[in-house]
Amino acid sequence: MWKNLLDWIEYRIPMMRVANMHAIQYPAPRNMNFWYVFGFLATIVLVNQIVTGIWLTMSFEPSAERAFASVEYIMRDVEYGWILRYMHSTGASAFFIVVYLHMFRGMMYGSYQKPRELLWLFGMFIYLALMAEAFMGYVLPWGQMSYWGAQVIVSLFGAIPVIGEDLVIWIQGDYVISGATLNRFFALHVIALPLVIVILVFLHIVALHEVGSNNPDGVEVKRPKGSLKEEDKTKFAMHEYYTKKYDIIDDVVPFFPHIVLKDLVAFCVFLALFCYVLFFNPEMGGYFLEHPNFEIANPLKTPEHIFPVWYFTPFYAILKAVPDKLGGVIAMFAAIIALALLPWIDRGKVRSWRYRCGLHKWNLLVFAGVFIFLGYLGGTPQENWKIIASQILTVMYFGFFGLLWMYSKNENTKPVPERITK
Amino acid sequence: MSKVSADANDSSEVASQPQDNTRRRFLTVATSVVGAAGVVGVAIPFIGSWNPSAKARAAGADVEVDISKIEPGQLIRVMWRSKPVWIVRRTPELLASLANHEDQLKDPNSEVEQQPAFAQNRYRSLKEEYLVLVGICTHLGCSPQHLKDGAFEERVEGVPEGFFCPCHGSKFDMAGRVFENVPAPSNLVVPPYMYLDDTTLLIGSEEGAA
Amino acid sequence: MKKLLLIACLLVPGLALAAGPSVPLDKANYDLTDKASLQNGAKLFMNYCLGCHQQQYQRYSRSFEDMGVPLEMGQEYLQFTGEKVTDHVTNTMPEESAAKWFGAAPPDLTLVARVRGADWLYTYLRAFYADDSRPFGVNNKVFKDVGMPHVLQELQGLPRETHEKRLIDGEMVDQYVGIKSDGTGELSPEEYDAAVLDLVNYLVYVGEPARLEAESIGRWVLVFILVLFVFVYLLKKEYWRDVH
Repeated sequence: MWKNLLDWIEYRIPMMRVANMHAIQYPAPRNMNFWYVFGFLATIVLVNQIVTGIWLTMSFEPSAERAFASVEYIMRDVEYGWILRYMHSTGASAFFIVVYLHMFRGMMYGSYQKPRELLWLFGMFIYLALMAEAFMGYVLPWGQMSYWGAQVIVSLFGAIPVIGEDLVIWIQGDYVISGATLNRFFALHVIALPLVIVILVFLHIVALHEVGSNNPDGVEVKRPKGSLKEEDKTKFAMHEYYTKKYDIIDDVVPFFPHIVLKDLVAFCVFLALFCYVLFFNPEMGGYFLEHPNFEIANPLKTPEHIFPVWYFTPFYAILKAVPDKLGGVIAMFAAIIALALLPWIDRGKVRSWRYRCGLHKWNLLVFAGVFIFLGYLGGTPQENWKIIASQILTVMYFGFFGLLWMYSKNENTKPVPERITK
Repeated sequence: MSKVSADANDSSEVASQPQDNTRRRFLTVATSVVGAAGVVGVAIPFIGSWNPSAKARAAGADVEVDISKIEPGQLIRVMWRSKPVWIVRRTPELLASLANHEDQLKDPNSEVEQQPAFAQNRYRSLKEEYLVLVGICTHLGCSPQHLKDGAFEERVEGVPEGFFCPCHGSKFDMAGRVFENVPAPSNLVVPPYMYLDDTTLLIGSEEGAA
Repeated sequence: MKKLLLIACLLVPGLALAAGPSVPLDKANYDLTDKASLQNGAKLFMNYCLGCHQQQYQRYSRSFEDMGVPLEMGQEYLQFTGEKVTDHVTNTMPEESAAKWFGAAPPDLTLVARVRGADWLYTYLRAFYADDSRPFGVNNKVFKDVGMPHVLQELQGLPRETHEKRLIDGEMVDQYVGIKSDGTGELSPEEYDAAVLDLVNYLVYVGEPARLEAESIGRWVLVFILVLFVFVYLLKKEYWRDVH
């Protein structure tokens, strides 16, 4: 009966075939370590954001008059509304945490290198869409930071020569940030950008499965057809989509159940941290929910210090480091574009930092440190020393890419093993 | 085509090692059960949030009505839970006439539970004189009209006064009882109510229940 | 990789030290489970604050239920505005005239504890002092040139900046020793501090009424996740046994 139903469906739509190909019999390198769980976690957080977002939309009122009050209505009057709201607000920060770790994983193990350039690009587009999504979402509660954060970010477009001023007014739909702005941001936040993100995530996964997962050794697990002896091939049943084209080395495990279970272990740890924040510390010391945002937007009174939420602060620091308005905007976008161009800036042939030169390891670690320190500078009140510090760090940020471009051409690398190391 | 099966990769195919399938099966089932419990737990806030919020409950609270100003024969409307509630002060003649057309009614003795227990009588009320009804047709939710001075008699012979639903023509008498051969299936609803004193009604709670 | 995590761990707490007010804040040891304290805080709020400041997002009934006050009793002793017990905590002061009297409309206080923090409120309410140059005759150590009178003066008395003669380096010096009440208030300094703490407790509660519920649910959720973790971990080990 059950079998018949499955066969009936399978004849008409390739349900089990797709499941086998992309989930169950997908060959995954067995040495994927804990850095490899963040993609899975990001997917989980995406689902969380979409579902809680839909539920919040049921009670939220997107108007300048009612937005702030309706958030408090969700927090007080709607049964369990506070859980839904905190799931969404905690999820926003969690999203960026896992995405930043996911990106750094890609950098450590060279997951952007040939043939994974498009995979990396799709990821960068997801990151961009995510930033737009998060920014617009932060405007919706219509608190002081929502309002003034939007004011600052939107006026960045004013730096564009000739059309800048008109563009700002067009984006706002008014002469200042107003209810009109709130309403269009709401539409983009709940419908347009989530659609874009979901489609990009789909493409990201399709691209991943076409080229296969990288691993900490950067060793290719799919070898040319006929190049492997029978005893070197994997004993697990892998989908014919992969086995027809390639010989798959005995260093892989099926995605299900092995990788899924590994991801689930990580998920439990992540969930514990997530729930700790959600139930015990949703403001996270003012980093996940900023204190001034509990005050309703007041166009006549700017808060003492305006910062974007923590996940934007590295780029905000770069923006502030450049003394020229247009220059600052260009530097900020260049910082993101440089990341996107990583597959072409890095001219090395060895993927994993395990087998690359010592300079590369230091370059990456310093880059991570610079990014975090820029985040600190962009998220704390302005002081004189910080301007100079952020200028130095901005130069170091771009220096990472310059250095990489230079030394990767003729890099002194270690030999990459033939097989994944035990 | 390769095997279409979720357990194609159950590592029994990695034949060399000895298998402990009982342990594996137990852990799979136990993890699934715990996981399923988690899913149920996560569903609670999502389902709960659809219940009437504190705002809806505040708006749907009991309503006090002063009935001292109602003239005999007059109908007043009040809002309770955003629904129209009618209060009619019925004349003795009207009360007496209620017995005359019971053969034309679907449920003359109010056997279907459309009223609190105290109103399961011919007058469908706590005190005979005052009729309290939710003014929403039991057919598809329109609000019927109060017709009198012969306007109702055009529709039901021998019955001078009643409620007529303009949407699909359902007819009710002055106790809210539905006539035969109309689309409405049951009598009009009597809300829970009580008398705080002789001239004040509280709609929404009944004696003993609150 | 491990180095990186280490760097991250060292840096993140540093971020928290970022902004801080110039006056050191006193710690407010409030206790959301102390219902008597919450009730007293609510009483103080309704009597001294509500005249000018609303809590327009909170319903009386919600506060009464959470503070263990029967609704009828709450309505009688704690609710002076609105009609129904389910009404929001609002006053009838029109916003324009409020702005005229005080220079700016008095802010809503539903979320003030989440904006300012409990310590700030606790310190602020104990930091008024006589200053004849100000329109209401008082200034505040935490909120310089504050635009409101010292509404709790009836309880605290008139606080003055106090200097004492001290012997420092062999010289008699006038040293500032803090704010002291002139003793005309109904409460002793200790009683006043306790009353302010009750008020802060109430404000913290109203800022996030679901706080206690969140923590009690949260404990169970964490226990559940631990159980789930154990099973998932064992199952993972079971399947990976064959691989290594």
